[in-house]
Amino acid sequence: MFWPDLPLLSIVLSTPAIAALLLLLLRNPSRTTIIGITSVSTVIPFLLTLNLLAGYLADPIGYKYLEQYQWIDALGITFHLGLDGVGVLLYLLTSIVSISAIMIGWKIETQQKEFYFFLLLLIVGVYGTFASVDLFFLFFFYELAALPMYPLIGIWGASTSFSRFTLTKQYGAMKLVMYLLLGSVLVWIGLLAIYVEADFIGFNLFTLREVTFSQSFQIAIFPLFAIGFGVLATIWPFHTWSPDGHVAAPTPVSMLHAGVLTKLGAFGILRVGMEILPDGAAFWMPWIAGIAVINIIYGALVTTAQKDLKYIVGYSSVGHMGYVVLGLATMHPLGMAGAVLQMISHGVMSALFFTSVGIVYDRTHTRDVTLLSGLSHRMGKTAGLFTIVGLASLALPGTSAFIAELLVILGAFARAFDGPWTVTSTVYLLAGIGGVIGAMMTAVYILRMLGSVFFGPLTDTWEKITDAGPRELVAAGILIAVILGVGLYPFPFLSILDTQFDAILTSSNVGNLP
Amino acid sequence: MNFLLLLPEISVAILAGCIIIIDLFVPERFKRSFPYVSITGLSLIVVFYIFSGLPSSPSFLQNVIVVDHFTSFFRILFLLLGIGVLFASGEFVEKHIDKKGEYYALILIAVLATMLMAGARELLTAFLAIELLSFSLYVLVSITRTDQRSNESGMKYIILGVLSSALFLFGISYVYGLLGTTIFDDIAQATINAPVNLGLLFGITLIIVGFGFKVAAVPFHMWAPDVYEGAPLPTTALLAALAKAAVFALFIRVFVTAFGPSISSWQTIILIIAGLTMTLGNLVALTQSNIKRLMAYSSIGQSGYMLMGIAAFSHLTISGLIFHISGYALSTIAAFFTIIVYHNQTGHEEITDYAGLAKRSPFLAISLMASLFSLAGLPFFVGFATKFYFFTAVAAEGFLWLVSLAILNSVISLYYYLQIVRQMYIEPGTETAPLMIGPTPRIVLGFLAIAITVLGIYPRFLVAGAELAARTFF
Repeated sequence: MFWPDLPLLSIVLSTPAIAALLLLLLRNPSRTTIIGITSVSTVIPFLLTLNLLAGYLADPIGYKYLEQYQWIDALGITFHLGLDGVGVLLYLLTSIVSISAIMIGWKIETQQKEFYFFLLLLIVGVYGTFASVDLFFLFFFYELAALPMYPLIGIWGASTSFSRFTLTKQYGAMKLVMYLLLGSVLVWIGLLAIYVEADFIGFNLFTLREVTFSQSFQIAIFPLFAIGFGVLATIWPFHTWSPDGHVAAPTPVSMLHAGVLTKLGAFGILRVGMEILPDGAAFWMPWIAGIAVINIIYGALVTTAQKDLKYIVGYSSVGHMGYVVLGLATMHPLGMAGAVLQMISHGVMSALFFTSVGIVYDRTHTRDVTLLSGLSHRMGKTAGLFTIVGLASLALPGTSAFIAELLVILGAFARAFDGPWTVTSTVYLLAGIGGVIGAMMTAVYILRMLGSVFFGPLTDTWEKITDAGPRELVAAGILIAVILGVGLYPFPFLSILDTQFDAILTSSNVGNLP
Repeated sequence: MNFLLLLPEISVAILAGCIIIIDLFVPERFKRSFPYVSITGLSLIVVFYIFSGLPSSPSFLQNVIVVDHFTSFFRILFLLLGIGVLFASGEFVEKHIDKKGEYYALILIAVLATMLMAGARELLTAFLAIELLSFSLYVLVSITRTDQRSNESGMKYIILGVLSSALFLFGISYVYGLLGTTIFDDIAQATINAPVNLGLLFGITLIIVGFGFKVAAVPFHMWAPDVYEGAPLPTTALLAALAKAAVFALFIRVFVTAFGPSISSWQTIILIIAGLTMTLGNLVALTQSNIKRLMAYSSIGQSGYMLMGIAAFSHLTISGLIFHISGYALSTIAAFFTIIVYHNQTGHEEITDYAGLAKRSPFLAISLMASLFSLAGLPFFVGFATKFYFFTAVAAEGFLWLVSLAILNSVISLYYYLQIVRQMYIEPGTETAPLMIGPTPRIVLGFLAIAITVLGIYPRFLVAGAELAARTFF
């Protein structure tokens, strides 16, 4: 690890922020300038993240790289940054997906400068959320990450008409922002409730973790975080904003939305809900496990019925996020490690999925699977991308999704068979079985889609289309590297995740519930 | 008698007098310089006031005016807001208002009145200061004599304003009749141990109603949308930012000092009004199509938030409220500034007229977006910091339920602010010619936008000021 004395987290945070400001101030920057600024501002955080990661490989325990600056003393709010093992892995995810998304975005032709301004702002928000120790700033960055989605979808998105209805970009953008901010209403109320209950000691995670909140308080407040953050993690029935948002959004925005933004929600449940209110979590988690299974099964079923490629990926993403939530809900080290791994796996996978859909749409100007056929004859490389991501999506061994979903399911079974048999055990047993069924259902729609879009006979309409270009292949290649890397050699990640949840699991009374 | 304590007010009064007198003698073309004369004058007053050293302990002018940190904070804030309104007025007045001398003199008198309101320490002075403000506003609202809407709204404003003043005065008479004093500290002394009887409660309620009219709290808000819509735009800005902040400053002082000990008798009234005001203001704002009416309802909603602070006062809440008022006033001035600049260029004020603004003038669009987001309380603008601070403080006083309603309301408010953003950024406009914006609005607006952002990211100094001001009472 290099430069342990520098404020590395602040540097990671401020690089995209400064780049965004620079873009705002430049008058009519050339395309090359924009590409230069955006590349530098996403590659530097990536390199620094690798550097940060080295520190956790050496010693995975606890928060590192702490920085603290005064902010508002009367409320006990400080600008306090710090990363734990979960945070650093999500940093890695964010930095990789953002590089890839920025590269895909170079093709955007209208108002490039503004596009990157908002995109970089979103990235700042994501980095900030993962590294905030002070819950005020966690909330601050969380909203900062959600808000740029409105202009990003509204300005650069596209309206699509389907046979039964038309999805306008205005609707998609507004629905997304309203869902996310209504979720944040609950989070904000929850934070204030904690602040009052903890006798006004402030919003710092480290001090709040030490407070023992009464069990009834925890049980009353935990749902605020579970639902509030859960909206962003697309938990059923608050998931519909996400597929609609994807359909309206341009490709790079969808990549960040599915790849990173939805992870913020799961991260929030883990960081705020479970770390501060472990007993509340222990009480509610069997219920949430049930909801997560609905996500998995319902997501897969709805996906099977979709005809639009983006809706397919959007709803399958809802299903896959179910594994993340299920993993957290197991409250078992295996399942929770699986949840974090699934965040990374699904993050890169869905980004790759949207990249591939974007490539197809750019050439064919349609995403209707009933119109597309036999594309592999003209788009061999794209078909390859789709196949890889499809197989990763159905959790083929050797891909990251396999190890992640396996851990989640094992975690659920471990909770089921851990201790005496109770109602809760049944819930977890069924949840585990649900997870297995969900993975099998994924195979149905993935293989069907691959078959009809790529491997059927080539129709005349698609005679002249071209294959993916080098820029797209590089962007996709980065993501594929992660999928296969994590799938084939997950041990460094697992060694970091091994100890991350001890604090939560020992402080909650998971084992003592009926 | 230490009249030097009133030096800032006296200076503003002299400035206003000079403008009225000069107006009589100079030819029309020189009147172009009035805004700049006024701005220079107010700026000098601010600078001298700050550098002459603010008093560290309260000083009194008889029983009439007190100059403490609270007064100083708001004097500076009001002078700065006055400067903002004057900057926003220049081009608009040039185009639409023929009585330029009176207009600028009245703006200065309004600023003078607000400064007096910040320092009043007895009810009749408070009443006179409010009346001074109201009378300048009555004229300013209807100053475009040929515009029928302006006249109508002026008439409406006068009738309802006078009615509310009468109620206010009636309330004062009850308080004086029962307690034998109008001085805030003496009222507090008289009620500190005695239970509040029905007569006094009646008096206090009437005073609440009087304030309720002035801050457009539900159910006394009916005048606001019509007056905001009918008044010339800079006057609307003055109403929304300066007048609202000033009435709240006085509201704080009266209810924290004079009626502080009897809080249990009136707290529920204000809590209910606060809840109704924020909900109704924000819900009705959803249906508006005129940007001035929209801002009127949004500012009604904002009054609702602020009322929470008075009902739940403590050092933390009042600090938060002062902080929030400052942030609100700043964002409102910035929002109206862009609306005025746009109106000057195009003459439009419907929300749908903003379609395509981002292409015609990215600068105006981003400034308006920043100020609206600040009003909605989104990071990283000052509105987020002020709202978080203020709401946390109110929650700490045990009113989490009301704060929850307020938080829900601020998301509702985001919906209608986003409708404006949608028009500016997403909808294609019918006109596409780029807008030419002069250097002055560009600089001032840029400054305001930067202030909104910087104070949102690093609010320590403003917070320190607000906490010091609130320290006066606790």
